[in-house]
Order: sequence, then structure tokens, then C-alpha cells
Amino acid sequence: MATKLPKVPIVIVGMGWVGGIIAAELTKAGHSVVGLERGKSRNTQDYFHVHDELRYASRYELMQDLSKETVTFRNSDKQRALPMRSYGSFLLGDGLGGAGVHWNGQYYRFLPYDFEIRSKTIERYGAKKIPEGMAIRDWGITYDQLEPYYVKFEQMAGIGGEPTTQPNVGKMSKPFPVGPMKKTPAMKLFEDSAKKLGYHPYVIPSANLTELYKNPDGIERAACQYCGYCERFGCEYGAKSDPVVTVLPVAQKTGKLDLRTHSNVTEILHDGKRAMGVRYVNTPTGEEYIQPADIVILSSYLFSNVRLLLMSKLGKPYDPKTDSGAVGRNYAYQVNGASTNVMYEDREFNMAMGAGALGSSLDDFNGDNFDHADLKFLHGANIRFTQTGLRPIQSQPAPMGTAKWGAEFKKQTLHYANRVLTVAAQGSSMPYRHHYLDLDPEYKDALGQPLIRLTFDFEDQDRELVTYIAGKTKEIADGMGGTKTEIHDSIKQYNIVPYQSTHNTGGTIMGSDPKTSVVNNYLQMWDAENVFICGASAFSHNSGFNPTATVGALAYRAAEGIAKYIAKPGSLV
Amino acid sequence: MADSKKEPPHQPRDESRRKFLKYSGTAIGGVVVGGVIGGLIGANGKNGKTEETPPAQPDTGKPAQAAERDFNQALMFFNQDQFLAAEAAAERIYPKDDSGPGAKELGVAFFIDHQMASSYGLNGREYMSPPFYKSEATQGYQLSFKRRELIALGLDALNTYSNDKLQKAFPDLAPEDQDKVLGDFEKDAVNLKGVPASTFFSYFLNLTIEGVYADPLYGGNKNMGGWRMRNFPGNQMSYTNDIEKDEFVKMEPLSLSDHLEIG
Repeated sequence: MATKLPKVPIVIVGMGWVGGIIAAELTKAGHSVVGLERGKSRNTQDYFHVHDELRYASRYELMQDLSKETVTFRNSDKQRALPMRSYGSFLLGDGLGGAGVHWNGQYYRFLPYDFEIRSKTIERYGAKKIPEGMAIRDWGITYDQLEPYYVKFEQMAGIGGEPTTQPNVGKMSKPFPVGPMKKTPAMKLFEDSAKKLGYHPYVIPSANLTELYKNPDGIERAACQYCGYCERFGCEYGAKSDPVVTVLPVAQKTGKLDLRTHSNVTEILHDGKRAMGVRYVNTPTGEEYIQPADIVILSSYLFSNVRLLLMSKLGKPYDPKTDSGAVGRNYAYQVNGASTNVMYEDREFNMAMGAGALGSSLDDFNGDNFDHADLKFLHGANIRFTQTGLRPIQSQPAPMGTAKWGAEFKKQTLHYANRVLTVAAQGSSMPYRHHYLDLDPEYKDALGQPLIRLTFDFEDQDRELVTYIAGKTKEIADGMGGTKTEIHDSIKQYNIVPYQSTHNTGGTIMGSDPKTSVVNNYLQMWDAENVFICGASAFSHNSGFNPTATVGALAYRAAEGIAKYIAKPGSLV
Repeated sequence: MADSKKEPPHQPRDESRRKFLKYSGTAIGGVVVGGVIGGLIGANGKNGKTEETPPAQPDTGKPAQAAERDFNQALMFFNQDQFLAAEAAAERIYPKDDSGPGAKELGVAFFIDHQMASSYGLNGREYMSPPFYKSEATQGYQLSFKRRELIALGLDALNTYSNDKLQKAFPDLAPEDQDKVLGDFEKDAVNLKGVPASTFFSYFLNLTIEGVYADPLYGGNKNMGGWRMRNFPGNQMSYTNDIEKDEFVKMEPLSLSDHLEIG
């Protein structure tokens, strides 16, 4: 029997970047907020022994316990989906701060092209350019509309970057609040080669704070130490911007945030038109609570946002056979796999030193910055060299064809440990009608609720993109003064085993049509106007960039929308 | 590579330990145990000092002080045959050579044993609920078998297969024959009913690499010898002053144990 708690104005489900930003904005404006987080609390003192590759990178210390909940996966609906029993392709965050704790801190605004991808593609190449089954849509918002919210995130997080941006990306109304990361010798090699080819490299904008910075909320933090432990690790210095060291303390200081950890939300209570609140389980005791609320905000990772809607039977589930319904459609990912290694026999680089967002990149082959008329794919990739701290268990650089074990393996991996630089591409991922999320009919979580089922594969679009972009990585790599280069230019099927990227998107996409999208451009749910669904689940496709900048900007816009809704209930558009 | 001229630290100890393991089942006596203790001198470099490479100390024959013994080098999970097979197989995957110690000297078999005794060996944070179906390669591991069960079965199978083919247990084979047996497992060319040989091999390979390069607190990477061979500095608190340097900066590695001392 669930205990019914007193009604509150606002309940937030999931306290990572998105939940933290919305909680901070609303509590600063005087609203009371309940924040429900299913994992544990966290602070920087937890990272006293964080420089432990085995524990954090190989054993996934910060990640969701898969014995309690995972996802099931299949390449197509002709297969039986099976559970992701151990981690591989992507890593699910857990606990206060969520995935915002274990990110690298690479910060990119999406391109203006991204938000109007369908109309701009048709305008330049005609409707036939979009292949059958590809479900690209305009997002129902433009870059210019979203621009002020990017600024808010940048000021809050202390994003460091070059004072001016390249001509082929969206304009910034305000420069980054702090300067760029330091430039390593390897970054210079990459940039010099790219410039000689006429490209436009720049130092990657970074959420690894580049200097002492006090943000507009009065939060002051120290600079990154380039210690080489970012992705999969928490930052003991609090230099990597994450929700626990930025927005959450601001919300807590107002006295208006009631933060409840170990609170796993299992249902949105609703009458089909409005949410009445949520049901959650206190995980240590198993006790159930009902938390009535005027406004329900979903701000979990996309799998959890989609799953909670489907389990609660709120919104219309997507049906790929009839192309109807919206909850679960447009799952997209990141298409990596195009890269070129440069080997140096005559020098070694300080590859153990680094930071999650340390590197240089270019967008000459991203978005629609180059002519696709004769190409068999749309969009492109951010091409980059990063120096994130090369750790010995997970990186064994060696020439192609080197034995996987034994004397030769040892000799080559020791020789090349600090002699290989990689020019890699982070490719965009287009949605397809048959890539989607729904509830698994068979497998259950620890509470007996269905797991989310992922149906996804790489398409010809992705294979063409990888081959073409790989050629560009080689062109740059060849000019970096190495002894030899080796290109990786093909991908096959999507495989959930090797790690690729934790940039999963879609499932509750935003748009201007209630039939094909779940939320409007304030991330307000079409089918229940007091529900807001926030995070990368709102992305209609994924760009050739890390998603956090756009996740953050959309969260600031949603927070503004929620405040407007409180003042004047109703649809915001 | 750095330290390639340094003497590998614990050759005498390995011999003593091998003796102990060989005879402990039948001959438990003061003489053998005394030999083990003598061989352990200098095996543990953890003394809080980090400016020097832990030295390779000769076997003085004197009993070690208790504080210098590595009490961590004992078994939590494997039986004796499994441990010896693990030690021999890991050494073939990561052999001793001119650049420095192999898996055996680095304590990798102890690392693997300890990992199998941990929640990792029991797939503690992985989804192990039924039903179990045959999978596509893109869907990953789908056996109900837990990691420690797979590793123990695979190590037993290394011995069975070696005995059947070459009439010797795996650790007693010549290195070339050990490589051939491991290669057969890697390629699933063994006909041992019920043993997923290549799956075992790939797990064992990963465990070996982890044991070479994980922080020494886990029992492998003895004296940070794995890190030294590839000039990995381990747990340093800041590279702010070095990150822009053109030249390669060599530094004495630090472990998490050092971190307790420096706060």
C-alpha cells in the first residue's frame, strides 16, 4: 500500500544535468521543487581514489547496476531482443548528477542546419535526396531561437573556448566566459595540417574549467589539472563542470529543493490528459510512495524517459508498421568508426596527460558545410584529435595486424604506447522509421517491470558517411609528420559489445506536429500539458557533435517554459 | 623503454612459490614454508617512498620482517592446478622479455584469482536473469554461466586438452606448445564438449591485460612494473606544468597507495 504524500507544485524525475538546471532555475524564481533521484548522493569527496582505471573505467563504478535494470537490443524486428547483460556500446549513468558526472566535458553547440535539417536538405538538394525510411524532421525550433539558452549554459558551466568561432558554425551572441584549453604539441600538429588543407580547426570548447571562474550564480571553482581521468570518472577538483558542483548547490541553497535520493519512479499517475503526480519506490526499504504534483518533469536518460511514459501508458506509443504514434520514435546514436592513426618512430608524446575535453576539431565536413550533391549520405562528422589521457588497460595502440597477445603484442604495444595519434570523426546519426524504442515483451527489471527494448542498426547512410569522412581524416593525418598512417574506413552492423558512445538520442522528440512528436519546443508534452519531458530524448536526430550543449540549452528553455506555464497554465505554443 | 636494464625483482621467490604450490598438497612442513618467507624479501615495494624505483633485492636467506611480506599473494578462489594454469597462460599472453617482467612476475595470476573471488567474478552488477537464448554476435554474452565458472572451467580445460594432446599438464608444456594450445582455444579449435573455448580465452586475455596494468592495489602490476614498461605515470595529481611540453616527460609512477600518504 503506497503512502500518499502531501501535494507539491513541481516534481522532477532524475537529477542529472537537466533535472539540476530546471531545479536551479525554478527554485531561484521562488518555486518549491521535489527532486527524485533513484541513485545515491554524490560529492567530490567520493573521488579521493578516483585515479583507478580498473574500478571506474573497466568495472563501471559510476554506472547503473545492470543487475537491477538494463535494456534489451536487436538489430531489427526480425530478431528476438536480448538483454545487454554487461556494459559495452554505451554507459548508463546513475546517482546524483547522472551521466553529467562521468562525461568528458566536450561542449559543442549544434549547427543551425540541424534544427531545420529536413527543409534545408529539400531546399538545397530536393526531396528525393532523403532516402526512403529516413525520418529526419525539423525540430520545431531554430538555432537563433535556442541561441540565448546556449549562452545560459555556457555562463553557468564556465565553458572555455576560443574568443571567436569559425565561419561554418552558428554565431554566438556572447563569447565563452573563459579561454580555451592549453594546446599540446599533438594538437598543434593536427591544427597545422588542417590549416594547410584550408580547413578551420579550433580548440574544442571545454567544460573542464580552464581557469578559476565564478559563475553568475556565485559558484566559484578551480581550474582543470589535466590529470587524465575524466570520462567514466568523477572530478575530485570539481573542475569538470557537473550538476553536483554547479546547479544542484544553487537549488539547494534556496531552501526550495526537496531532494530525495534512492527514489525510483515507476509510474506517472494521470487521467489521460493531465498528470496527477508520480509513484516511486524508496529503494532501500521497498516502500512505495505517491507524490501528487501540479507539474511533472521527466529529466532522466532517454531510455528511462521513454520507458516511464510507456509503462505509465501516457502518450501514444510509436508503431513502426503504421508509422503512427510518437513515444519511442526517432532513436538515433552516434556514427563513429572513421579514423586514421599516425605513428611516430622518432618521438613520443605525453599521452597519459590530458583532459576529457582537451583537443582540436573542425566542422568543414559536418552538417551541410560541404556539398552532398554527389554523395550518398546526408550530414557529416566533427573531425578531431583529442588527448583525453591514455590509460594502459583500455588502450593498446599497435599497427594493424599486430598479434592480440604474446611476445609480439607486448613488444609492439610497449613501443607504440606513446607514439600514436588518432584523427577521429564523431559522425551524425539519422533517424529511420525502423529504429525505435518500445517495451520488451519478456525481460523485466528487479521490480518486475518491463525493460526498454532498442531496435537499431547502421544503415548504408552510415557506412557511406564513415568511408567518406575517413578519407578526410587520412588527408589530415598524412600531414602530421608521422612515419606512417593507417586508416579505418568501414563499419558493418551495429554491435552492442564494443564501447562506442554514450550519445543516445530520441524517443520523445520535439517538433511542431503533435502527431509525429511528443513535445513542443518548450519540451511540454502535447498529450498532457503539465508534463515536461527533457533531455536528449527530445532530439529528432543526433548531430556530429557531443549532445550536452544542446541538452543543457533545451533544459534552460524548458525551465523558462515551465515558469510561464505556472504563471499561465495551458499550451505554451 | 625505461627500466629495461633493471633486474626483474623476484625470480627467487617464484621458484620457491612454485615449489610450495607443487608440494603443499602432500608436504606441509617448516622447511618449505621457511623457503617461501625467505624468497619474499623485497617483494613488496610499498613503503610510502615514491622517489625511488622499488629495488630488486637478492634473496638473503634471512626471514623477512612481517611488514615486508606480501600477504596478498595467496588464493581466494582457484585451486592449485587452476592457479598454475592461469599463471602459465598469462605468462604466454604477456611474456617476460628484454623490456621487463611478464605476467607471472607481475602477479597477474593472483590478480585474476582475486577478481574471480570478487563480485566481478560473480557478475554482481550484470544482468543475469533468465531466459537465456542463443544470440547474434551483435548482442553480446548470453550464457547463464558466471565469469568465475567460465574461467575455472576454461583453466581446467587447458589441462585436459594438453593432457589429451600432448600428455602433459598445461604448465609443464614447452612455451611453443602452450602457445599452440592457447591458439586452439582462441580459434575455438578445441573439441571439449560444453566449453565455450574462445569466450573463455577472450575473457582470460582481458583479465591478463588488466592484471598487468591495473593499480597494484589489486594484486597485479607488481611494484608498478607494468606501468614502468610503458612509461605510464599512474596516479599523478596534476600535469598542468607539463601538458604543453614538446619533450616526453618520464616520471616515477605513483600508485593509489601513495595517494593515501599524500592525501
